[in-house]
Amino acid sequence: MPVDWFPLTLSLRVAALSTAASLVVGMAVAYLLANSRFRGRNLLDAIFSLPLVLPPTVLGWYLLVLIGRETPFGRLYEAVFGSPLVFTWQAAVVAAFIHSAPLQVKLVRAALESVDHSYERAARSLGASEPRLFLFITLPLAWRSILAATALCFARAMGDFGATLMVAGNIPGKTQTVALAIYDAVESGNGATARVLVLVVSGLALVLLTLANRIGEAWLPNTRNASR
Amino acid sequence: MIEIRITKTFAARRDSSPFKLDLAFDAAPGITVLFGPSGAGKSLTLDCVAGFAEPDSGRILIDDAIVYDSGTKVSLPPRVRRCGYVFQNYALFPHMTLRDNLAFAAASRLPRLDRTRKVDEMLERFHLGDAAGRKPHELSGGQKQRCSIARALISSPRVLLLDEPARGLDAPLRADFYNVLREVRTEYQTPIILVTHSLDECLELGDRMLVVSEGRLAQTGTPAEVCAHPATLDLAELMGIFNVIPVEIRALDPGRNIGVVRWGDYDFQTEYLRGFFIGDRVKLLAAPRQLRAMPRLGRVGPNQVPLQLLRVVDLAHAVRLEFSSGVTAEIPPGGSLDRNNGDWVVEFPTRGLRVL
Repeated sequence: MPVDWFPLTLSLRVAALSTAASLVVGMAVAYLLANSRFRGRNLLDAIFSLPLVLPPTVLGWYLLVLIGRETPFGRLYEAVFGSPLVFTWQAAVVAAFIHSAPLQVKLVRAALESVDHSYERAARSLGASEPRLFLFITLPLAWRSILAATALCFARAMGDFGATLMVAGNIPGKTQTVALAIYDAVESGNGATARVLVLVVSGLALVLLTLANRIGEAWLPNTRNASR
Repeated sequence: MIEIRITKTFAARRDSSPFKLDLAFDAAPGITVLFGPSGAGKSLTLDCVAGFAEPDSGRILIDDAIVYDSGTKVSLPPRVRRCGYVFQNYALFPHMTLRDNLAFAAASRLPRLDRTRKVDEMLERFHLGDAAGRKPHELSGGQKQRCSIARALISSPRVLLLDEPARGLDAPLRADFYNVLREVRTEYQTPIILVTHSLDECLELGDRMLVVSEGRLAQTGTPAEVCAHPATLDLAELMGIFNVIPVEIRALDPGRNIGVVRWGDYDFQTEYLRGFFIGDRVKLLAAPRQLRAMPRLGRVGPNQVPLQLLRVVDLAHAVRLEFSSGVTAEIPPGGSLDRNNGDWVVEFPTRGLRVL
């Protein structure tokens, strides 16, 4: 029986879009958390970490409360785009984003904070403004770690199941991502399809993780030289 | 010209005792050395001037401009203070070539048209032309040093701050570095504040020396003065360059400018000891090179004490003799030295010894 590859391509598309979004949002939040001291910083950090520990169904429920058809956001979306957001593949992007962005925030923050503070002090004493410091010093010194974080984030975005199920549903050929397709295949006794998809997804994740490790490692010898 | 008056208090933590920084000093063009043991507050002071740390109270003026004032709640960010800071690890940006490191510094404060010219000028002045295209990890230690100083100077800072820049360098590199710094002192009218805990560095470079101990200024003066006449016993011990000998004053004769002190069973003649009385128990400070030492031959002469030679240490520029009772003397290297004979006499000079 031929395997339907739609779920896999959908998953890749969903993960790519949500990773792009979480890179932008994650950088901003991570920068804020790493660089400023304000009241409620720890609370903000905790809120952004919540999706890492909550059950996916809880996330899905929150998402429905936020973007469901009867909510202000849902109505706005429907007014602008002409159709509801829930139970579309775009909703799957939102679910994947919520599932993976917190990881991006955590890892990017760690990457930004791992840059030797004496470089930042040096740049400041040389008269550099904060944007210049970030663009020309912090970012170039942290970009490998950020890239590694993005690869991990992409892998995680591919793996969401619960939240996607709740907000995007499991509509074959429309919102059925690879994680849902595997569940369906197992449920309906279609072992061959399940095996193929499982192997492909595992292989892809393995490649991504190895890549992330290599990107992260390659930077280390240089950083060590620099701090000498 | 810099004027600094700051206090900063740190409460006791589980791993540290409470600490209070309370300093007031100024620094004119030339090299002002902050000397003191680790944890005395020297680097913290530099950080306060540069704006990396904020004092609890006080005021910092650089060229008559206020950069920090607790009274009016002014605390300028480091970016606008125009302090050139040379870090202990140089903090050269590792992803940029040496030229780019300088260009980054030039871009912040110089007009666009001047930048390239100024960068070239600095590269030439600090003999970095050949290495301009290399990244910091491809540079020698000396090049890194010169680059970090050039980078700090390129935008004409109002003060140059150096945080133990020669720590951990081997002797030739350190000598190079001292030369560079001496050149900078003569060519630029920028006040330089140098933090160190090396007395040699103070003597080699310092125009003025401020001894910082436990967050306070303990003594100021030229390095030669401070080293020859430490203000207190604690400072003398901190410097670690004196034999501290407990003596009792036996006689004082202001007319002939003579004093006599007794250490154990031996009397020494000294200068008249102003401000002390007969019977006072005081400490005599004698630098190792002020003492003469020789193997004992017969009777012990005036101002001499017989001591056991315990150890002979060959130093680069002297031979250090360590005697019983903790007395150390230094003699010039070379010459035959009977290392096996344990009976020696040490002779104290009658002039130039300090009493506390």
